[in-house]
Amino acid sequence: MSAEKPAGVWRSSLRLWRTRIGIALVLLLVGVAIVGPWVAKFSPSEFAGTPNTRHVPGTWLGTDYLGQDVVSRFLHGGRSILWMASVSTLLGFVFGAAIGLVAAYNRGRLDDVLMRGMDILLAFPQLLLALVALTTIGPEPWLIITIVAFTTMPRIARITRGATVPVVERDFIGAAEALGESRFRIITKELLPNVTGPLLVEANLRLTYSIATIAGLGFLGFATEVNAADWGQMVQENRTALTVAPWGTLLPAFAIALLTVGTGLIADGVSRTVAGVDRGRPDA
Amino acid sequence: MSGTMQSRENVALEIRGLRIDVAESGADIVDEVDLTIRRGEVLGLVGESGSGKTTIGLAVLGHARRGVAIHGGTVRIGDRDLNGLDAKELRSVRGKLVSYVPQDPGTALNPALRIGKQIMEVLETHGFGANQAEREARVVEVLSEVMLPGVPEFLRRYPHQLSGGQQQRVGLAMAFACRPAVIVLDEPTTGLDVSTQTHVLQTIRDLAARHGVAALYVTHDLAVVATLADQVAVMYAGRVVEQGSTADIFANPAHPYTRYLVAAAPEMDGDRQMVGLVGRAPSPGKRPVGCAFALRCELATEECVAEFPAVTDVGTDRPHQVRCVHAFGVPDRTALRVASTARVARESEVALSIRHVDAGYSGTNVVHDVSFDIQRGECVALVGESGSGKSTLSRSIGGLHREWTGEIVLDGTPLEKSSRNRPVAQRLSIQYVFQNPYSSLHPRRPVAESIARPLAIAGVDAREAAIEVDRMLERVSLGSAYGSRYPDQLSGGERQRVAIARALVSKPHMLICDEVTSALDVLVQAAIIELLVDLQRDLGLAMLFVTHNLPLVRSIAQRVAVMSDGKIVELGDTAQTLRHPQEEYTKRLLADTPVIPTFSND
Repeated sequence: MSAEKPAGVWRSSLRLWRTRIGIALVLLLVGVAIVGPWVAKFSPSEFAGTPNTRHVPGTWLGTDYLGQDVVSRFLHGGRSILWMASVSTLLGFVFGAAIGLVAAYNRGRLDDVLMRGMDILLAFPQLLLALVALTTIGPEPWLIITIVAFTTMPRIARITRGATVPVVERDFIGAAEALGESRFRIITKELLPNVTGPLLVEANLRLTYSIATIAGLGFLGFATEVNAADWGQMVQENRTALTVAPWGTLLPAFAIALLTVGTGLIADGVSRTVAGVDRGRPDA
Repeated sequence: MSGTMQSRENVALEIRGLRIDVAESGADIVDEVDLTIRRGEVLGLVGESGSGKTTIGLAVLGHARRGVAIHGGTVRIGDRDLNGLDAKELRSVRGKLVSYVPQDPGTALNPALRIGKQIMEVLETHGFGANQAEREARVVEVLSEVMLPGVPEFLRRYPHQLSGGQQQRVGLAMAFACRPAVIVLDEPTTGLDVSTQTHVLQTIRDLAARHGVAALYVTHDLAVVATLADQVAVMYAGRVVEQGSTADIFANPAHPYTRYLVAAAPEMDGDRQMVGLVGRAPSPGKRPVGCAFALRCELATEECVAEFPAVTDVGTDRPHQVRCVHAFGVPDRTALRVASTARVARESEVALSIRHVDAGYSGTNVVHDVSFDIQRGECVALVGESGSGKSTLSRSIGGLHREWTGEIVLDGTPLEKSSRNRPVAQRLSIQYVFQNPYSSLHPRRPVAESIARPLAIAGVDAREAAIEVDRMLERVSLGSAYGSRYPDQLSGGERQRVAIARALVSKPHMLICDEVTSALDVLVQAAIIELLVDLQRDLGLAMLFVTHNLPLVRSIAQRVAVMSDGKIVELGDTAQTLRHPQEEYTKRLLADTPVIPTFSND
């Protein structure tokens, strides 16, 4: 018998085509966002030709509403949305998972306090909360990240708690307690590795929503600075010229769509693997 | 069975050459199965988990689980071959001609339907009776047949308002409602207490006999089969290896595997030692051409490996068939005797002392004023039915349950309530082995790491710990090569060995075993008991062995404490208590526990 580590959720999910395609899409767009600024012909705010024109010599896909090169702005515009979405999801994930794990392990009053707190946060519509905060304080990157993280956290906490409760009931947790393992160790070493599956699914799903939310905020004019190259904002700037110079709108819109489809496919692949992975049964 | 002498007229169920495959790979799950049950007879189909016994039970209903296909053979009930029927015809047959009683009544009954409605549905589906009034009368009648009140208040209840035993009776009532010819019972008493089990078994036997129903009783419990069945068929790796009358099978087991099974079954009042067998049956797709048991059989010869032995009838006046070339060749294993219970020199030093312990959950006490001592090198069995408080008490001792009062003293030092508040040395010197080996090991951690944790907590350095872990793995007969494996690569028995290794690696003084064999097959159970007896003697452990299985106690414990409703009702020397119980409760418990009776060797 081989003593190979049983393939984890992540590795098993790589066997599914949907996961592979999702990863390919995400890598493609992350690649565009990272490499983009170096290969762009123009700087994002450089004047390239007549505004809103489909065919301008020296550009591939024409100019936008201020006569800036669409492709160059597209190549510059991916970074902001990607890093804000990733960082906010990561923050929401870390805090949410921690709260969920602690609530599930401790039960009792702490569980009630933590989870009712999360319920209150859940009661606020995400976008509305963001709009209120951004209009009062101003469109700062840290504020966008904080708000998206803050609204992602309770959702992750719920899923984590739900997935952790049945694991807490299992005897190996009792065995660890009888040995006197510390609470921290039980949570990080005994519980966490056994709920990675559902957490991975939820993290991918939340990343998808964060991308859409941040793009949406950009579209609503809450990009971090006026005339910044940002995919969400580009859609908003150029949508009036959709019929004359469609690429200014279509290119960033496609990019956002492909990115969310990509993360969505990964989430789906992982969730299918989680549902299919059957552990802890004899000769399953 | 080919050589059946009796008339075929009374045959209710006849299975011939049944083969069931894994649909995808074509690997055989069961093959060459021939079974015959007459009207009013109970056939006990015995085998360990994975032997294919449930698969056969379902095939009698013309059903195959997802991914499984009935490949060939006939399943004949009366004059109908179920294997030739389509889905619609099968639906009309199920519940009417052949019915099924599943293992867990709690999940088999629809929680949203009242009992009366639930039984009525079966009758309506199959158009039983001429009108509603007749069906209503039948509901009341069938309930009285299974000893439940057919009164309106009862019919209006929901399943969750019934006890486990009552739920299983409702399951029986549903199965018997349409007066089927054949009934399949799949371990219907596994989750029940012994006294409830005895009553349910009695009901099954009476109903089958009175209404001429042929019953196929699927189980791994030899004692239940011995008390209930007229005929027994023993399965190993998807084949029926021996079948005959219950008396013949238990008095003269012919197949080596059957002999092991009988020897592994615990005996209540004799002093026969349980004998286990290591290894496991090959799974579908990995089975050899010849006899699958040859891999574990001490008599195996080339003949055994070459091809699966043909059926031999070894019976004298009635059929007794076996598929083994060395039938009767295996020495009788039931001759081994338990060394006298005084085998462990009792040091009159108290290891653990329990003084006036009350324990409970949020104010409700389930353990009342329990006091007893466990000596060094002594094993005390704590016996009781579910809900008796035995687990709560043992968890309190282990520091897993905090709501208790009184005093528990280990080696002269009173214990804190929660393990977290106990000093490290104390925590390590009292160890716990859990009931379910499938949930007591961290699934994502190699077993060596799991075993090494207590040492890491004790502050032993990693290199020394690794040596100790290897030694412990050898000690529980696994071998150090197992260290790098993960729990899901191990069988239930192997996992339990790992759990025992983890408990003993820190050299505890006190070991608590909480129903450690209840999730295991009999041969594995016997092997684990052998190991525990060995370890306890060699290490001079004080041990608390919690179980609901009375016969098991005989093989391991020097003293037995009988617990009922949170109180110790009787505490005494094991042999003495089992032979001459003083308390009413113990007497009843003993009377209700199914045991393999002595069958004369005629």
